[in-house]
Amino acid sequence: MSAIHVENLTRMFHDFVAVNKISFDIESGEIFGLLGPNGAGKTTTISMLSTMLKPTSGTATVNGRDLLTDEDGVRKSIGIVFQDQSLDEELTAYENMDFHGRLYRIPKNIREERIFELLTLVELEERKNDLVKTFSGGMRRRLEIARGLLHRPKVLFLDEPTLGLDPQTRNHLWKYIEQLNEEMGITIILTTHYMEEADRLCDRIAIIDHGTIIALDTAQNLKNKVGGDVVTIQTPDGDRISSTITAPWVEQIEQRDGYVTINLHNADKHLSEIVTLLNGNEIEITSISVRKPTLEDVFLYYTGRTIREQEADGREAIRMRMVHRTARR
Amino acid sequence: MDIIYAIWLRNVKRYVRSKSRIVGSLGMPLFFLLVLGFGLNSVVVIPGTGEGYLEFLVPGVIAMTVLFTSISSGVQIIWDKQFGFLKETLVAPVSRLEIMLGQTLGGATTAFIQGVIILVLSVFIGLNIVSAVGFLIAFLFMILIGIAFTAFGIAIASRMEDMHGFQLIMNFVIFPIFGLSGALFPIDSLPSWLKPVALLDPLTYGVEGLRYGLSGTAQIDPMVCFVVLAGFTIAMTVLGSYLFRKITI
Repeated sequence: MSAIHVENLTRMFHDFVAVNKISFDIESGEIFGLLGPNGAGKTTTISMLSTMLKPTSGTATVNGRDLLTDEDGVRKSIGIVFQDQSLDEELTAYENMDFHGRLYRIPKNIREERIFELLTLVELEERKNDLVKTFSGGMRRRLEIARGLLHRPKVLFLDEPTLGLDPQTRNHLWKYIEQLNEEMGITIILTTHYMEEADRLCDRIAIIDHGTIIALDTAQNLKNKVGGDVVTIQTPDGDRISSTITAPWVEQIEQRDGYVTINLHNADKHLSEIVTLLNGNEIEITSISVRKPTLEDVFLYYTGRTIREQEADGREAIRMRMVHRTARR
Repeated sequence: MDIIYAIWLRNVKRYVRSKSRIVGSLGMPLFFLLVLGFGLNSVVVIPGTGEGYLEFLVPGVIAMTVLFTSISSGVQIIWDKQFGFLKETLVAPVSRLEIMLGQTLGGATTAFIQGVIILVLSVFIGLNIVSAVGFLIAFLFMILIGIAFTAFGIAIASRMEDMHGFQLIMNFVIFPIFGLSGALFPIDSLPSWLKPVALLDPLTYGVEGLRYGLSGTAQIDPMVCFVVLAGFTIAMTVLGSYLFRKITI
């Protein structure tokens, strides 16, 4: 059974289409990523799937519960970590957890046990009686994840879980997310505009832009579709390389200013072959590097722009909408 | 019931923890009591009762304390909205009505405690206790004012985007409610064109009910006060729940 089934889900704000007829299925136990620039419709999608926002049209089920007819069933099945913080800073870590446990009607003894377990998992057990306002950004994020898991959801939504965190904390959080998925078998759907985050964590990725899904596959397949790897060799006698390397897996070979670039698929497999071949023919290698295609290349391939360009554009669009709204009042 | 209790508990915890807010919000009522109470005590004679101005003023100042605390507790959901905490409650499998009632009772509790603090301080300043039953009557009216105006605050907050409009509400809604209520002067002494306005103010009935409890005399029949205020409380709770149900993030 699929954990989430989405069919033609659409959300409009006035005449602006934030999410446009998207459809996808998420398997149980999968980590699924929604990747796209700010303003692409990721958060709107999450808001609809978590019952915070009513869809304009289309349907979806979460854990087999219908979004439109069984709101409470959906709510019981999901945990959510919002993009913006949603903790009460005037309460302690324990109290935030306890409040959540009460909201989900978890009996007292089970509640206490699980809070202890989860705070230990996110390494906040020792700080449990400290007010959240004394916590760092990373600690707050961890606490929010622990809180989202308290009622044992089948599906966990993570909306930009590592936004604004330093690289070390981000790495740490990624480990948690993987651990949760592997050990508890929780289906995770996360949104991000960090390429490396989607690449590292997600089993499958949906690239979303202007409210539509433009590509959906595993990171590897997405990259393969775009093209192969690039091996760059710096060498004083580049002329001889092109005649030396004539294997069938070479797709393209070019030399320019003492650098030779070779386009090929599966560079990992062929790299040693290249080196052996060059050494055998006594061709000097000053340096050699392999560049894998990134999701950035994938995004570029499908949209014709990099995600950063798109983002600058997205902000512009949001600003225009604000101006529009102010003018209307 | 569990949900209402959870939300109530959170409100009370936050209140007990914010020492500066407790002390800060007692400042103005104490100022009124001391400056107006003692300043005007020898000058002002309340017609028909024979009591001093201080004794007349105490119920009004208690009502003021409960009014201000409860409205700001209700409006607090705007902060919850801005700081994101409201999402946490709205996405849980609980009804909006439960959230709203928990918030209302939490706000009313803190407002009641603030009122009791002023009441106790007034006893030290020189308020004569008429009877124990009178105290209970005063408590009842404080609780009603607390519930009614917390719900009123929630109703306002449900329609507000952020705190910017709060000053406007303060000046054009809350102060008039307080000023017209007869907290500071006997409504019988008002000019005939103004008295009906005071009688339209729901807080008037709260103040008069409190006054009956604490001094034994009032200008409006305490039963009338109770019925009007209780009716207003129910109306505000219904309005607050209705508007809160439509709140969007």
